Amino acid sequence: MPKKSYRQAINEAIRQEMARDERVIIMGEDISGGMGAPGEQDAWGGPMGVTKGIMPDFSRDRVLDTPITESAFIGCAAGAAATGLRPVAELMFVDFMGVCFDQIFNQAAKFKYMFGGKAVTPLTIRTMYGAGFRAASQHSQCLYPLFTHIPGLKVALPSNPYEAKGLLTQAIRDDDPVIVFEHKAMYDDEGEVPDEAYTIPFGEANVTREGDDVTIVAFGRMVNFANEAADNLEKAGISCTVVDPRTTSPLDRDTILETTEETGRLVVVDEAHPRCNMASDIVGLVSQEMFGALKAAPQMVTAPHCPVPFSPALEDIYVPGVARIEAAVRQAMGKGH
Amino acid sequence: MTAPPNAAAPGSNTDLVELYRGMRRVRTFEERVGELFVRGQSAGSMLHLSIGEESAAVGFVSLMRDGDTFTTHHRGHGIFLARGADPKRMMAEIGGKEAGYCRGKGGSMHIADMGLGHLGANAIVGGGIPAVVGAGLASRHDGRGAISVAFFGDGAMQQGILYESMNMAALWDLPVIFVCINNQYGMGTRIEQATRGRALHERALAFGLNAETVDGLDVRDVREAASRLIDAARDGRPGFLAIECYRFFGHARMDKSPYRSEQDEQEGRARDPVLFARQALLDSGQADEATLDAMDAGIAAEMDATIDFAAAAAEPPLGTMFRDVYAPGEPEPEAVATRIDRILARG
Ligand SMILES: Cc1ncc(C[n+]2csc(CCOP(=O)(O)OP(=O)(O)O)c2C)c(N)n1
Ligand SMILES: [Mg+2]
Repeated sequence: MPKKSYRQAINEAIRQEMARDERVIIMGEDISGGMGAPGEQDAWGGPMGVTKGIMPDFSRDRVLDTPITESAFIGCAAGAAATGLRPVAELMFVDFMGVCFDQIFNQAAKFKYMFGGKAVTPLTIRTMYGAGFRAASQHSQCLYPLFTHIPGLKVALPSNPYEAKGLLTQAIRDDDPVIVFEHKAMYDDEGEVPDEAYTIPFGEANVTREGDDVTIVAFGRMVNFANEAADNLEKAGISCTVVDPRTTSPLDRDTILETTEETGRLVVVDEAHPRCNMASDIVGLVSQEMFGALKAAPQMVTAPHCPVPFSPALEDIYVPGVARIEAAVRQAMGKGH
Repeated sequence: MTAPPNAAAPGSNTDLVELYRGMRRVRTFEERVGELFVRGQSAGSMLHLSIGEESAAVGFVSLMRDGDTFTTHHRGHGIFLARGADPKRMMAEIGGKEAGYCRGKGGSMHIADMGLGHLGANAIVGGGIPAVVGAGLASRHDGRGAISVAFFGDGAMQQGILYESMNMAALWDLPVIFVCINNQYGMGTRIEQATRGRALHERALAFGLNAETVDGLDVRDVREAASRLIDAARDGRPGFLAIECYRFFGHARMDKSPYRSEQDEQEGRARDPVLFARQALLDSGQADEATLDAMDAGIAAEMDATIDFAAAAAEPPLGTMFRDVYAPGEPEPEAVATRIDRILARG
């Protein structure tokens, strides 16, 4: 299978869906870039170059650079979705959701329900999240738990290039508003990605490692750290199952419960702040549904309850890493590990 | 309304020497920031230089006085420096060091200092604008006579929050000024592609503000326009100023601006407010080359020292990670040592 980067996988998914369905359009700030400026057109492709090359192959009618006006263009994308298009809007950094939150959680998320099921809102929002980029408190947040909280929204967190193409393709074909969270540290990650279009269904977790002792549930970029921790621990005689839920909403409860029942121990790894995040959500679920099957207290590995600091010295220890996951697994295993 | 004590008559040549000095300091500081980045010693991945926009910062800020407050956008180094910031502490912040203005926790895009009235640079386009309406309200409440100024780019002209803020400032007669530094570009998008609107200041007129557009080439023109608006604002008549200039380099340090033609850049950079002021000083005989060269050399040495200072400064101690999330006295969820142990996996 050909190797592609996370960036290429996303670009390919968008192109293939645009070719397949002419109602698919993309919009965002400098997603093509240089429009009308006296030099190269399509000079940006978004700040990370993810959508570069799409405009020349399609057209300015279907690739729309917007002004810096998030409330209006996200609301516009929602309205266009409700009236027949399938917009893929790029909201550059998830932190900017603050500007257009109303349009997402009061408008797009609720059209269907409030209107008695009469509206369909096939809106996809792609956004960048995550710390480690030396970009300080307003360009480094995770925030996916906030969106997971909202009924009517679907939330996907691709953990590698294969996942990125399949989940984004599914998002574009999906009839509900979906937010796809792309980790900004993963765009250059490479992996095997089929050339043809494919979808990964929402709400079906991927089990990336199978083991007997501890179940690690991890999200987005943290899946890779969890895999690495599991491989290290294997050498030390501790065998782990690693579960990538892929989507936080819908959530594959069954796989989480079944794999945790098998091991009796749970570690959840979530890059978001610790309060009301995915880790606490999953620990709550497991504790309620199968308290009796647990051999140890569930462990949560998360970022701390403070904004992302700018200083590299601080940011480096802010982001949960492999060592912390291993420590949490040993903690779950108890004395002697 | 009397003129502020530090204001010389707009346009006077004595004044121009000082304005030139201020602009040269901004430019040299920004050049050092750029060097830091190229040498891989800057901590941040996002550095936005204000080269080409010095007249906007210096011309306007030269008329602000103690007690006045302001917010800036992400391209705000020059504004803060012109307002009296210590360039060493600025450079330390850009390097993520404890000696920086925000103890290394904010970086280039969040530099702030309450003592100097800096309510914060902002990484959200338009995010810093409404705070000055609040500061104007607080100033009127206390009878301080202080104004509050929002500096932002042309990109923020398309954010709704600007219009909501201008409307409130006008409605409540607040001592507030909105300053748009129009460098023609928001990332790769030219202003003409971001709006069909006409002169930017006409939008502010529609809300009942005093509003003007001024060419940023001659810093004295900026200062004169600022003087009119600031006098009115101190009397409770809010204003808006668009300053026309050109972003000399890329959006951030990584951007080589491929979307601009060489001709566009040449024409833009030819409108250089620092060189224009220098030429005006020479033409009027107010200063000679040797004097200005000596001034420039002194500034270069001052700014070189900022890099050494930032390089030698200490990293913030790990425990500061958890400090200042809430007001002092708020109970800590756990001891700082426990929290550090946890994230270092020593727990
Ligand atoms: C709400 C929001 N949207 C988008 C961005 C990304 N962004 C950062 S700077 C910038 C361009 C801003 O242009 P302008 O306001 O003209 O300021 P300039 O960079 O030209 O000084 C953009 C789109 C952001 N930081 N915040
Ligand atoms: Mg601009």
